[in-house]
Amino acid sequence: MATGIAGKAPQKSFINYLLSLLVLLAGSGYCYGQDKSSPAPALLHTDTLHQVQINASHLLPPVKSPVPHQSLKGTQLERLNSLNVADALRFFSGLQVKDYGGVGGLKTVDVRSMGTNHTSVFYDGVQLGNAMNGQTDLGKFSLDNIGEIHLYTFQKSDIFQPARAFAAGNSLYLESKAPVFREGRRTNAGLKLKAGSFGLINPSGLLQQKISKNVFASLSTEWQKSDGDYPFRYTNGVYDTTASRQNGDIDAMRLEAGLYGTMRDSSQWTIKSYHYRSARGLPRAIVSNNFESDERLWDRNSFVQASWKSPVGRRLQTMANAKYAYDYTRYLDPDYYRQEGPLDNHYRQKELYISLANKYHIKPFWTVGLSGDWISNKLDADLDFFAYPTRNSGLVAAASSLDFKTFHLQASLLGTYVSEKVKTYQSASNFHKYTPAVSASWQPFSRHPLLVNAFYKETFRMPTFNDLYYSMIGNTALQPEQVAQHNLGASFNKNLNGSVWKSLSFQANAYYNKVKDKIVAIPAENLFRWTMTNLGEVDIRGIESTFRSQLQASSEVILQIGLNYTYQKAIDVTPGAANFNHQIPYTPVHSGSLTLGADYKDLSLNYSYAYCGERYSQKTNIPANYIQPWYTHDVSLIQTVKISGHQYKLSGELNNIFNQYRDIVLNFPMPGRSFRFTLSTNI
Amino acid sequence: MKRILYSLSFLLLVLAACRKDAAVVPEETEQVTGPSKARSFFLLNEGNMNMNKASLDKFEASSGTYRRNIFEATNPEVIRGLGDVGNDIKVYGSKLYVVVNISNKVEVLDLRTARRINKIDIQNCRYITFDAGKAYVSSYEGTPGNSNKAEGSVVRIDTASLRIEASTKVGRQPEEMAIVGRKLYVANSGGYDPTNYERSVSVIDLDSFQELKRIDVAENLHRVRADKYGDIYVSSRGDYYGTPSKLSVINTRTEQVKKVFDISTSNIWIDDDLAYVYSLEWDYASQRNTVNYSLINVRDETVIEGNFIKDGTDKIITKPFGIAVDPETKDIYVTDAKDYLSPGTLYCFDKNGIKKWSVVTGDIPAHLAFIPNN
Repeated sequence: MATGIAGKAPQKSFINYLLSLLVLLAGSGYCYGQDKSSPAPALLHTDTLHQVQINASHLLPPVKSPVPHQSLKGTQLERLNSLNVADALRFFSGLQVKDYGGVGGLKTVDVRSMGTNHTSVFYDGVQLGNAMNGQTDLGKFSLDNIGEIHLYTFQKSDIFQPARAFAAGNSLYLESKAPVFREGRRTNAGLKLKAGSFGLINPSGLLQQKISKNVFASLSTEWQKSDGDYPFRYTNGVYDTTASRQNGDIDAMRLEAGLYGTMRDSSQWTIKSYHYRSARGLPRAIVSNNFESDERLWDRNSFVQASWKSPVGRRLQTMANAKYAYDYTRYLDPDYYRQEGPLDNHYRQKELYISLANKYHIKPFWTVGLSGDWISNKLDADLDFFAYPTRNSGLVAAASSLDFKTFHLQASLLGTYVSEKVKTYQSASNFHKYTPAVSASWQPFSRHPLLVNAFYKETFRMPTFNDLYYSMIGNTALQPEQVAQHNLGASFNKNLNGSVWKSLSFQANAYYNKVKDKIVAIPAENLFRWTMTNLGEVDIRGIESTFRSQLQASSEVILQIGLNYTYQKAIDVTPGAANFNHQIPYTPVHSGSLTLGADYKDLSLNYSYAYCGERYSQKTNIPANYIQPWYTHDVSLIQTVKISGHQYKLSGELNNIFNQYRDIVLNFPMPGRSFRFTLSTNI
Repeated sequence: MKRILYSLSFLLLVLAACRKDAAVVPEETEQVTGPSKARSFFLLNEGNMNMNKASLDKFEASSGTYRRNIFEATNPEVIRGLGDVGNDIKVYGSKLYVVVNISNKVEVLDLRTARRINKIDIQNCRYITFDAGKAYVSSYEGTPGNSNKAEGSVVRIDTASLRIEASTKVGRQPEEMAIVGRKLYVANSGGYDPTNYERSVSVIDLDSFQELKRIDVAENLHRVRADKYGDIYVSSRGDYYGTPSKLSVINTRTEQVKKVFDISTSNIWIDDDLAYVYSLEWDYASQRNTVNYSLINVRDETVIEGNFIKDGTDKIITKPFGIAVDPETKDIYVTDAKDYLSPGTLYCFDKNGIKKWSVVTGDIPAHLAFIPNN
């Protein structure tokens, strides 16, 4: 009953959606230790594949990141069989990707089990906001125009950041491919065509133009279409059923344009405009006797952002960012027949963002920073009893860093001020809070590239508009959900001159996170209602480790090895809970990945393996909630050829070779074995 | 170099490690009390939406044992098991009927063995009731000919052939039903339209299987239970804003509301002269649910003062979700669905409201069906 209506009612489907997101805490470690201080490499134009003797130092710059940091970029990214950002994140440690399956299925990331809402996603330096539900669907970001992915499990190591960057529990930075022109060229153009199983067609194009000596333009577009009708299988050893995923189609378009300029005083500016639109089916949970859904979703995400950075090298440096974002979502459930017709909801979200960040070098070793951000969020929805909320947030961050040759210390204090208004009903009260963060790193032996780091950071996430105002379930008395993070780690990064081993990199971090006042949905009142409330405490203890190496296997073969392993106990310590001390849902104790790459002349062969240990689908760790471990083996072969001055790249990918059927989210099956072929060329 | 390659191949072998074979989740049996003359019963656990975790438990009084998860263990060949959101369960004749809402089906099981006899597909089915060899199932799905697609229906099944015979239209999102004489009373909720709930009970003539009229009762109706005096008790959920939940009594002879109790009603069970009612309300100030248990004498329609749970166990029950009273021993059963995402608890109280035993159930224990003593 309760659940029945709930299930079908809009509130209810949203509740379940919310619940699954809120209840789901996942996590594991992190992996790669490069600080990205140099500009994006020229992915289209450097021909690394031709260089058999790879300049190892190029791949492993000295570790100086005082905070846990992992990244994937350029060819590393291309080696992984990944269509979108979420696919690539499988090869980071310390996180869990929650994937509803297929190209169109919602994909979110949970770092170190703090909860999805504690990860902020930044696109070209500016945060992608979603005040409605706090989630960023990483499935929407195809890797086509992304040159680099960075994950900072603290905040970006430089104190010269917008205040919003200090507010994140952890930050995922997506950097689009920045234009780099070879000597004497004014235009770069690239075309790519991807095609694969289950009706995947994905053509894309890139055009970069030098407008003047100091101004570049970039245009990137792609179209992605997939039928999503992949086979899946469920069995309990007695019944064994195979069916084809229904209503998993997606049709998406992305168009991005950017202008990049350098002023006479060498200050830099960029203007960027981004548009994404999609139409997709929402396939249902595979439950007994009901595999089919008619629900549809339409999305439009647009933003315009501008940044300006003062010249590097001055004592006082300034950075300004501004952004306007408009997000539209339409959700249709033709089976949910109301008086005026089927359920058809429209959500419109607007965000305006302004940021100013400064840093000042008091001494060569001592820097202070001050940043201020202002964000305005607004949500309109044609829901019954909707509140029409507006949230204004002001963030001020003061930071200081001491950088000596072998020792770095950084401390910051963030003040957050939030005020809310609603058109109807009750608004949440105004809120302010101060949160500190401190990190240190030390290189104990000056001759050895070993770095020890530690950090402590307090963050919180505001209740989302859904948590506060969603008709019938929202609770305006909600308090923010709080996290305290502790981390102790070491990293070792060395380029070697041996005949076989060319480079070695190792990182390990131990962490302890405490989540308090967790925002959860609890059953309330008349059976089919839920209410959001601050209930729940989680203790997370984990170790993440990463190993990377490069080997010269023979005079013409270079091998790359990457290994990640994460151990994590994330237990529910809510006072009085029946599941006290149980591992939280969807969080494996063990997870990891292995990637191998071999380069021989213009050919590159790659293998990747991702493992996720046993998990439980609900709070209580009993056999009825048990989910089997899953693991996937993927291979790809990339061949580069040069025909009359043009470079062509042909790649073939085979994913989930052993056709393992699995759910990442209970009852939402993932695809089995699949193929993808890519042909790309630079003109 | 060879060593490296060897260790890599070894690593690959380790990585290809097998998963356990998929297996049927086994039945669990627990001794909860001594043998007694109490009625045995089935308990249906709803399972949270999209979890596909509806499950069936059974209490066997003659041995005092409680068996969990008997459907899957008994019927392992049923694809994806009992299904998603077990919404109602009733015994009729030698069969057990289980209505599974999101799975769009009624499972018909053998009462003794719980083996599946048949499965009847009904879209968005909600509740079931019986009379004279026919089963009546309420459904949010409309009848084929109805141009008003928002209106629901009642579907008639022949209990001998287990085939759908007919369906008839009722109001929007119909819930529970009760039969008095040759008339079926159906609570219309209108739950899909929070700004315009239904307020009526549909009256259906069982001979013609046509809706005769609608009785105006209150906003957002849910429970319908008949007493032995020709009255039906109908609960209204209210609108969660200004209009609170209530309990109305309809005289089936006059077909009019004859009394309204200002008692917030989440669930109700009528046994003989007593109606057992509990309610749960969200208290914004304390950010907690408050729960009330009350007792009504249905003969003279008066509230009996005091809580029917007498030993303080009510303080432990966080989310009462199901209630039933053994017609012979008068033992009171109350289920606790907790947070909807964990196994629940079934409590057994004696007729004086003192706890006898309790047992862990499946997720969201909700509906009890007593097995008649032979």
